[in-house]
Amino acid sequence: MTKPVSITPDIAAIIAPRVESTPLVQISNVWKKRGNNVVLKGVDMDVHHGKVVCLLGPSGAGKSTLLRCINAIELPDRGIIYIDGEAIGARREGARFIRLPEREISRQRADIGMVFQNFNLFPHLSVLENIIDAPIRVRGESKATATERAYELLERVGLANKAKSYPRHLSGGQQQRIAIARALAMRPKLMLFDEPTSALDPHLTDEVLDVMKGLAAAGMTMIVVTHEIHFARQVADIAAVMADGVIIEMGPSKDVLTRPSDPRTRKFLARSLQEDH
Amino acid sequence: MNTSAIAPTQEWPGPDSQADQIVDPPRYGRWFAVLAVATALAWVAFQLLTNPGFQWEIVFRYMLSPSVLTGIAMTIQLTLLVMLMGVVIGVVVALMRMSRDPLLNMCAHGFVWFFRGTPVLVQLVFWYNLAALFPEIGLGIPFGGPKFIEIPATVAISSFTAAMLGLGLNEGAYMAEIIRAGLLSVDNGQTEASKALGHKPFQTFRVVVLPQAMKAIVPPTGNQFIGMLKFTSIASVVALHELMHSVETIYNRTFETMPLLIVAALWYLIMVSILSVAQYFIERHYLKGWQAEVVQPQLQP
Repeated sequence: MTKPVSITPDIAAIIAPRVESTPLVQISNVWKKRGNNVVLKGVDMDVHHGKVVCLLGPSGAGKSTLLRCINAIELPDRGIIYIDGEAIGARREGARFIRLPEREISRQRADIGMVFQNFNLFPHLSVLENIIDAPIRVRGESKATATERAYELLERVGLANKAKSYPRHLSGGQQQRIAIARALAMRPKLMLFDEPTSALDPHLTDEVLDVMKGLAAAGMTMIVVTHEIHFARQVADIAAVMADGVIIEMGPSKDVLTRPSDPRTRKFLARSLQEDH
Repeated sequence: MNTSAIAPTQEWPGPDSQADQIVDPPRYGRWFAVLAVATALAWVAFQLLTNPGFQWEIVFRYMLSPSVLTGIAMTIQLTLLVMLMGVVIGVVVALMRMSRDPLLNMCAHGFVWFFRGTPVLVQLVFWYNLAALFPEIGLGIPFGGPKFIEIPATVAISSFTAAMLGLGLNEGAYMAEIIRAGLLSVDNGQTEASKALGHKPFQTFRVVVLPQAMKAIVPPTGNQFIGMLKFTSIASVVALHELMHSVETIYNRTFETMPLLIVAALWYLIMVSILSVAQYFIERHYLKGWQAEVVQPQLQP
């Protein structure tokens, strides 16, 4: 049985969301080409502090690509993404944007947590080493501080007894919860989730979604690419539906996911909900 | 509808259990094979002990002779340095080949193409006779520019430096491909996860990619190491006093060819055995977290 996982409100103190009027994430007219295929066609989107945005849509719509651009794992071909007003992957020089060197981009990425569909835990490192490596190496924390915090986070995701295990010996759901703890250990101001439950069976999906719900309740700003319509309805403030590289519909999740105005959204939702039951 | 009675669960079916078990068929052929192998081994042992041609007393006399021991020291020294050079060049060239920079890529490609494409023997003799092409070796601006340092090539290139350059550059080209294969074997998601955590490019390489690539790099590198240990004997053509050259000098004088070749063979066998054990432990280290299940072959009657 899944142990109910709760994230207590005091995680809010760790995450420390800032209440500001300027959006945390500003995506401004982003275009991306892959080969001859245009995957993003001028995407605009703002995400405010403490909001949860779910990106929905059929596969191939460009959701994951958009997410990867926010973290500069890929750079857009046109358009700029700003986090806290700072252009990602580039510095401004007059009217031009000059690509930043990779080590500068690393510094920007350190503030953005990312959770992948395939977990991507480091298999040669124990769970604890997976979590404390970046805080020590990138943030310069002491090993003792990082370890203490790692145990706190493991406690929160309900896996404190797995600190010494290796990722291979854990179930998919456990691995994904570790991956979330690993991302949180960097005290990110934004969390990106790229189909975090797509590789999990329904039973394990719930334990991961529970952790994410706790995180949202604690005020973390999150952008979630997902196919879990129920999760989006329940947790997301904003739902954005993408198709063919553009956002076809965006708004409060309750409206978009219950009374969609675009026929494509309606079709997509009907199909997704059908698959669920 | 009637369900069948469910037996109480127990730890393991007892001897009176109804559960059928699949057993191996009898392997009569294996007994004949064991007999054949045993006969062959007995014949080899008999020959080794009774054939006077082996001249074991001469073998044992030379096993620990100073000339042979200095040859071994030279072989070990050369092997270690050549492999070190090979690994360092290999890492650099592999990274160059995997970079997106077209110039670096082309240079690395050219290096591998040239040093893999020409015989080592030619490279060795070339370096040894470098003085014929360039009487002076120096550092400066080419095409008549100023020279910063300059020394005669005959001073700079000894048997040892010629052997090291020839073997080391060649090994670098092969190691580059082994290391590149290892790096390519690591899933791209690992690099992405590392980047997402804010690791700088070198940290991603050092902490995430290389340790995982080692799993694929170590076995062929062990192979190269063992091959190189024996391949250093080619340096006898540039008169380097390594193990093979040292026994050659002795049997050219005493004509005890067979026993002295056995001395060399035994020493190579001993050194290779040590390397194989070392390789086993290195491999085990890099399998940490992978839970490798090694299936031991079992001889069953």
